[in-house]
Amino acid sequence: MKTCLVVDDSSIVRKIARRILEEMDFQITEAEDGEQALEVCKRAMPEAVLLDWNMPVMDGYEFLGNLRRLPGGDVPKVVFCTTENGMDHISRALHAGANEYIMKPFDKDIVAAKFQEVGLVALPEQSSI
Amino acid sequence: MNPTDYEYLRKLLKDHSGLDLSADKQYLIESRLLPLSRKCGVSGIGELVQKMRGGSSLIIAQVVEAMTTNETFFFRDKVPFEHFRDTIMPEMLKARAGRRSIRIWCAAGSTGQEPYSLAMSLKEMDAVLAGWRVEIIATDLSTEVLEKSKSGIYSQFEVQRGLPIQLLVKYFKQNGELWQINPELRAMVQHRQLNLLHDFSQLGVFDIIFCRNVLIYFDQDTKINIFGRLAKAMEGDGFLVLGAAETVVGLTDVFKPFPDRRGLYRPNGARAASPQAAMSMPKIAAMAGR
Repeated sequence: MKTCLVVDDSSIVRKIARRILEEMDFQITEAEDGEQALEVCKRAMPEAVLLDWNMPVMDGYEFLGNLRRLPGGDVPKVVFCTTENGMDHISRALHAGANEYIMKPFDKDIVAAKFQEVGLVALPEQSSI
Repeated sequence: MNPTDYEYLRKLLKDHSGLDLSADKQYLIESRLLPLSRKCGVSGIGELVQKMRGGSSLIIAQVVEAMTTNETFFFRDKVPFEHFRDTIMPEMLKARAGRRSIRIWCAAGSTGQEPYSLAMSLKEMDAVLAGWRVEIIATDLSTEVLEKSKSGIYSQFEVQRGLPIQLLVKYFKQNGELWQINPELRAMVQHRQLNLLHDFSQLGVFDIIFCRNVLIYFDQDTKINIFGRLAKAMEGDGFLVLGAAETVVGLTDVFKPFPDRRGLYRPNGARAASPQAAMSMPKIAAMAGR
């Protein structure tokens, strides 16, 4: 089972994300801010990180920079999931090594589409009529 | 929904758009027409049908549009666009090296995600296309969706379905919550209103035709008829791309499946020997030489 670390300071967002990702067969760990998330990654590198931007203690952008400098920190696919929906933020995130970017509000279809985009889940069987 | 209204709608849709609803598609009608009845300020589908029977051509047009508009997103199903990049275009670059031009038709262009996905794919292979002329013609039955396609403006939800973030950053401009595809990409796509049931020979002859997820709505005879006319609108070495749930197999031999590429078809060269095909050949040859 693939692992995904969900990083968001909102427990509601974490809960929604967990439900969506568990349905996609991910094993979920949670963190409330970038610093906690970094601790999780030092213990065991997840395969995916769903990452909020604005959080207390350490924000998502700073976390991403730190993560990519850790041994093995280039492995996880990092998908931002944030209300920072401006082109400037998206460009900065990609430059810092994010793999995909979800603009909130999000739903199951968007998460599934973005996780497919970075190769974390297979394309669905093409539907037949 | 009352059965008389349902039968009336079925017949009307069949006559106007070729849309062939089976007897159990009440849910589809409700999901599409309830929002429309609200928009038109009537109480429900019953009253909407009354107005249609009364001869309101405006409402009839809106009903046909609402029923034939499909969900669509960028790079839908992925695989056809991989075929486009890895199979179709390499073949075409060889086959058209002389005239250096390629004509592409999106026969159910809808709100533009498919033609613009092709336009982005072409931009991504810009280096090999220097000096080439590539036309993309997007047609749809619905003028409303064509207007949206022309504008190239999409909601935040729409640009997050199927479009890699790198391509969003590269080819779109943000305007508040909306995203608009760049003028350069918009200029690559021409739009025309077109009903596939009617003659489309005026569009000319194409090298590549995307005709996805539209024929599923037609009955068998209509499909066969459209395939026949698509074959005439295509170069002998062109490519036809159908939707995942669609095939020519068992319907017609004017196209044959391309080996190991699901959804990809080519005109059936073997058929050129038959008298009907021979009749259409001079026209194709003449247009190819234009």
